[in-house]
Amino acid sequence: MRTLLLVILLAVLSPAHGGELDISGSLELQARTFWHDPQWVDPDDQALQGTVVSTTEIRWYNEEGKQRAVFIPYLRWDATDDERSLADLREAYWAFEGDDYELLVGANTVFWGVTESLHLVDIINQTDFAGDIDGEDKLGQPMLSLMLQRDWGEISAFVMPYFRERTFSGKDGRFRPPLPVDSERVLYESSDKENHVDLALRYSHYIGDIDVGLNVFSGTSREPRLIPSADGESLLPVYDQINQFGVDVQYTRDAWLWKLEAIARDGVTHSFFAAVGGFEYTMYQVAESSADIGLLLEYQYDGRNEFEPVTIADSDVFVGTRLALNDIQDTAVLAGFSYDVDTGETFVNIEAERRFGEDWFGEFRVRAFSGAGPGDTTWWLQQDDYVQLSLSRHF
Amino acid sequence: MNLKKETFALLAGVLLMSVAHAPKASDDTQGFDIAARSDRTDVGFGDSVVELQMVLRNAAGQESTRALRIVTLEKPDETVGDKSLVVFETPRDIEGTALLSHAKILDPDDQWLYLPALKRVKRISSSNKSGPFVGSEFAFEDFTAIELNKFDYTYVGEVPCGDLTCDVLERTPRYENSGYKKQVSWVDQTDFQIRKVEFYDRRGDLLKVLDMGDYRNYDGIWRAHTLSMSNVQTNKQTDLIYGDYTFNTGLAENDFVKGRLSRLR
Repeated sequence: MRTLLLVILLAVLSPAHGGELDISGSLELQARTFWHDPQWVDPDDQALQGTVVSTTEIRWYNEEGKQRAVFIPYLRWDATDDERSLADLREAYWAFEGDDYELLVGANTVFWGVTESLHLVDIINQTDFAGDIDGEDKLGQPMLSLMLQRDWGEISAFVMPYFRERTFSGKDGRFRPPLPVDSERVLYESSDKENHVDLALRYSHYIGDIDVGLNVFSGTSREPRLIPSADGESLLPVYDQINQFGVDVQYTRDAWLWKLEAIARDGVTHSFFAAVGGFEYTMYQVAESSADIGLLLEYQYDGRNEFEPVTIADSDVFVGTRLALNDIQDTAVLAGFSYDVDTGETFVNIEAERRFGEDWFGEFRVRAFSGAGPGDTTWWLQQDDYVQLSLSRHF
Repeated sequence: MNLKKETFALLAGVLLMSVAHAPKASDDTQGFDIAARSDRTDVGFGDSVVELQMVLRNAAGQESTRALRIVTLEKPDETVGDKSLVVFETPRDIEGTALLSHAKILDPDDQWLYLPALKRVKRISSSNKSGPFVGSEFAFEDFTAIELNKFDYTYVGEVPCGDLTCDVLERTPRYENSGYKKQVSWVDQTDFQIRKVEFYDRRGDLLKVLDMGDYRNYDGIWRAHTLSMSNVQTNKQTDLIYGDYTFNTGLAENDFVKGRLSRLR
């Protein structure tokens, strides 16, 4: 990892190359308020959680545009929970692009998938769960990747020599199980532990109105099982070896987007199938205004047994709406509601955002859980309803 | 807001659109010929790259600026649309956001949006022809490449326009989901370039006026460098101020595939 970094820095800083250097970034202030007392004994009882996030993006391109080097350090400092503080390289890579191929070495973030309520097939990057419980914050993944572009689609191969552990809130933080997760004592199925070489292959193309992606992954599961430690004081993450086949399809017709993601996984104790699918329909310029309203409906199914890592998306219906004002400030509101058909657990998520002036961006979030009984998967989050305000300055 | 009412408004719009989508008039070829002559002054540009500023102005005169880059690949065949890539540089919070379009003539375009925060490429619906493009007075249909065969043409007459004389054409969209009943365009008789366009909404009322100016000639290829769109109903305005074009930069089909979006930067 360090050697890679050095290579990239040298490439960026080498004055002989010429080319173009572009530096940008953002500084974000985040405040969260929880209106219930913490469910477990340790979490800090303060109602306010303050966080500062700094992201810097350094991009270099050589003169012909064939080579680029990208370096994106991400720093997060949390006033309440040390485990939520993080220093990460979201991206730190060098890439060479030919007419119909690209070779990339270093840490990168790669997204696969089409659905909105769950990103089932997206498996390359580890989730920064301490950063955000929505699973959309990711950690940079060290890799060697080769992409080939052909008339019949794009093929990408990934060799991943180093594993990133999932981040969890610490004992002082919210969104944690009854026992805190001990990130110092991590267990692996493979004797190579975090140095196990993971492999992945992806094919992606479109034919007319249909976009398709197929992928296979073999290596260390990004989802850990959490098992109680021998002393009974914490939970230990266990990362098993898995093989997974995934498919994502989107059919785009008029204002309708029909989406499906499915995986078949050879997991810890058995092979199972999981899928999420539904639609997004947008009404444009409602009531002769500039605003669009999108309606989303998705169903999540997961056939895993109790020996696999726990998922909350096992038989859930998601309904959502997206309001975009299409104004100068890009004002948008997203509201979603998830309902577990088997257990009656519900999750409400509201996100509103807009720009202020040219360089400031504000975001407001509300998240609330309810309906879980003891033993249900969201039981340990029941007291963690919160409101978050964040303000970012981009430069 | 009343959702039922909004749904009804949408249905009424669909009905109007089916009226606007009338068969091509065959008795008037003069309008088409003038439009075709203008369109064909552009043939052979190959590909182009240009940086521009988009200045949005509301009725109170408040301004907001966006910087973007537009990369275009010519498809010389008039029955196939051009391919284009629009990449945003500012506002900073959307830096790197990119829209890839494979324009079609009458079928909906194929479009993908790249969202840099998630590094996600999302196929989007292109049926939103009449919606505002990034909060501007330009609709998606104004912004994507104007293809000759997307319209039916009627010759109206000739009028002086500045130092030049212009042919006036009425053009009606042949594609679905247009926000316009008709457009009236002014094409000069010297260089055969479009100088001005009036856009009439679905009711037939004047909605917007586009002035195209600062034409420069790049070895026979003309390009306007200031496009000013004024909405006469809301008094909002959007100006596009183009930098110098670069032509024949050696771009190929592979630079306009969806997978390329995540490798742009």
